Formats: sequence, structure tokens, C-alpha cells
Amino acid sequence: MSGVQTPQRPRETAQPVRNAGLWRTVAALLRKELLVELRTLESVPAMSLFALSTFVVFHFALNRNSVEGDLGAGILWVTLLFAAILGINRLFVADADQGGFDAFLLAPVDRSAMLIAKALTLLAYLAVLELIAVPAFALLLLGAPLGPALPGLVTTLVLADLGVAVIGTLVAAMAVRTRARDLLGPLLALPLLVPVVIGGARATSPLLVQAHPAGVGGPAIRWLLTLGLYDLVFGLIAFALFDFLLED
Amino acid sequence: MSEPALELEGLARHYGEREALSGVSLSLAAGQTLVVFGPNGAGKTTLLRVLATLLRPHAGDVRVLGANLPDQAWAVRGRVGLLGHEPLLYRELTARENLRFHARLHGVSDERVHELLGAVAMGSRAGEPLRTLSRGMVQRVAVARAVLHDPELLLLDEPHSNLDPAAVELVAPLIGAASGRTRVICSHDPTGDLAQADVVLGLRAGRPALLSAVAEVDPGEIAELYR
Repeated sequence: MSGVQTPQRPRETAQPVRNAGLWRTVAALLRKELLVELRTLESVPAMSLFALSTFVVFHFALNRNSVEGDLGAGILWVTLLFAAILGINRLFVADADQGGFDAFLLAPVDRSAMLIAKALTLLAYLAVLELIAVPAFALLLLGAPLGPALPGLVTTLVLADLGVAVIGTLVAAMAVRTRARDLLGPLLALPLLVPVVIGGARATSPLLVQAHPAGVGGPAIRWLLTLGLYDLVFGLIAFALFDFLLED
Repeated sequence: MSEPALELEGLARHYGEREALSGVSLSLAAGQTLVVFGPNGAGKTTLLRVLATLLRPHAGDVRVLGANLPDQAWAVRGRVGLLGHEPLLYRELTARENLRFHARLHGVSDERVHELLGAVAMGSRAGEPLRTLSRGMVQRVAVARAVLHDPELLLLDEPHSNLDPAAVELVAPLIGAASGRTRVICSHDPTGDLAQADVVLGLRAGRPALLSAVAEVDPGEIAELYR
């Protein structure tokens, strides 16, 4: 049944390169992610609106002009955590529903590129969220400008966001191919993100006291180191596991 | 004599308890066309997904383009073009943005994207989001996506669905016999697709019910698969 002579296929102008390179692939994926989000506005507006609404609710429910220290840090980080969950849940939906996974798996590229690109996408979402949410938090719940606390807070946010981005990407990749993805994503993400929230809140707490006119204190270095270590450990776990999550 | 493009021996694949493919054995020379017939749920799409490295075979020996699957799947990726039921394109991106994205993944130039958009007569609509295009237009872009990287092996699942006769002619140089590529076509259309075949495989409930060179196939045997 084999061996029938067929005409020589004419060579076309395509010149496939067997490996497009990790960072070129990351750049292509990241560009696609941001274009899709800009066109659909499915994730970032929802995350931001959720955070703003939550701060408004806290403002009126607590019936206080200002919060500080542990209470303020707790409100900030729990709100950011739940807002992040909204973005995590949507992270792979377009790929799963529109065949993006298959298209990526058919390409001769490093699978880690998707982990990096998705984590960077989530990081970008979180950055926009915090650009909106943190000033709103200061306005509605601190009653004073963040001022000198800002550098320490930005450092804490960056370290915590790295952890949220890596863990969120890992969890979203696990959940998206299941029938109960909307349920499974948060259920897997929340316990893994608890240490990030604790670290973020403990590192932020003295900063918010400092921001308050009567307060003193500095960034809790111990908790920043904890966040950094957690990021490193989960970064390594994600790199080790991610390829298997994409495979059949 | 050159190595066969496809060599399957006892291929099996199941989903949980359900057997989707079992005992599929065949050989296909480079440049030949295998047409797979069978009713819905016969295992045609599963066969294509195994050959595309998207599903692992659970038993049997599978060699695609000289590489053993699943161990050497990396050697097959980028040499296979898959045109399935889903276009594998993002609805919010334009045809051009979609093809450029795939071109980046495969290390192909933008010149090739431009050339293919012209080849499927989508040049004038290339800047519109896919969600605004008709299903036939999306299928034409999907054809361009499938051959963007000049694959050696084309895996086509009812490739002419949603295409009008003019569009079928339009895409023939890319995915038809004239392309010279090795092809595996899943079909429900014996009258149209039998003429393209070198080898015919008939599947029923995941098992081969017919395997023959096209010259030896009785069309009645194909009709029997659907009864």
C-alpha cells in the first residue's frame, strides 16, 4: 500500500527554524496575551473594580476614618488576594477555549516559555491593579498619604506579586483543563497563597504605622526575606512541573 | 527506498475506561495521502491528535516522520500541520495578528504570513478581528495557519467544512494533493475524498474495519462503515 510515486513537493518560502528561542517565544506569547486583554478587558477591570468595591465596603462597614498597622495591612492584602484570584481564574481560559494550548504544543518551542509569559502577564495585571487599588486604599482607609511608606510598600508588593504570579500561573494551568475550573482554581490557589498574604501583611503592617502621623516603624526585613524565599521555591517548583501540566 | 512517513503497529488509545483506538496498524510513504473514514466517535480525531503529538499513544508502536512517539515527540513538532475542528486561532485577534503569532512560534517570517493571507484571499480582511468573520473565512485563515511553517505532514479533519466550492479550490494548492505533502485526511465524504486517497482506513468503534490501497477499495465497504 505504500511506495506510490508522488511529485516532489515544491519548496515554499517558509523557512522554519526548529527552535524560535525562549525569549522570542515569551515575547510573542506576552504580546498576544496583552492584545487579547486589551481587546476583551475581561481581567484587569474586574480585578480593579472588585478591589475598589471592597475598600468602599470596608470604609463604611468599619465606620472609621482611618485604619493602621495590622488591620490596615490585613484589609489591603486580603483584598489584593481575592482580586488576584479573579485574574488567575481567567489566565488560561482563552487558550483552553480557542485552541491556544494545542497551537502552542504543536510548535517546536520550549514549554517554559508559556510559564514565563503567563506569569509576566499576571504580574502586569497585578501592577495595574495595584496602581489603582493602593491609592484608593490610602484615600478610603488610611486617611493619610502613604508618603515615606511608599518605597517599602512597593518592595513588598513586588515580592508578593512575584509569588502570586508564579503560583497563580501554576494553579491556573492545573485547573483550566478540568470541568470545575472556576471552582478548582481558587480552591488550589488560596492555601498556596496564604503564606504570601501573611508575608505581605506582616511586612506592610509597620509601614502603615509609619505612614500614620503618630506612627513609627520600618519595613519588616524578615518578612521580605520570607517572601523572597517563597518566590524562589515556587519558581523552581513551577519550572519543574509546568511541562507536565501541559502534556496529555 | 525512503523511510515511511507513518508507521503504526497496534496503536491503542483510551479515555479512562473507554477505548478510543485499538489495534491500528498501517504504513504510509512520504507524499502519500491516507483518508480515514468512519462514523462519529469512531476514533478519527483521536488518531489525528496522536499523530500530532497532542495525545500519547497508550499501546503500540508509532513512528511519525521517523520519530518514535511519544519519546521523540519533540522531533515531530514543527513538522506537522494540524487542521482540526477548532481553528486554533484567537477570536479577538485579527487574521494577521493570529498568523504573526503562529509565525513567531515557528520561527517563520512575516513575509510568509503576507503571502499566505493572499493565497487564501484574506488580504483585504486581514485586519479584522476573527470574531467578525464568517466561519468560511475563519477556516481559510486556519488553513493558512496549518501550512504556515511548511509542514511535511498535514493532518486534516474534515478540512473543507464551512468552505464554499470556490474556497475549496482556493486552498487546494496548500492542502490538496498538489501540495505534495504527506496527508492524513479524516472524512465523511467518500465521493469527494476517495479520489485524493492512496490508502484508505475505515474505523468503527476505534478499530480498523477497512485498510486498503485505494485501487482495491469497494465504495460499498465505506458505506458499510456508517451502517
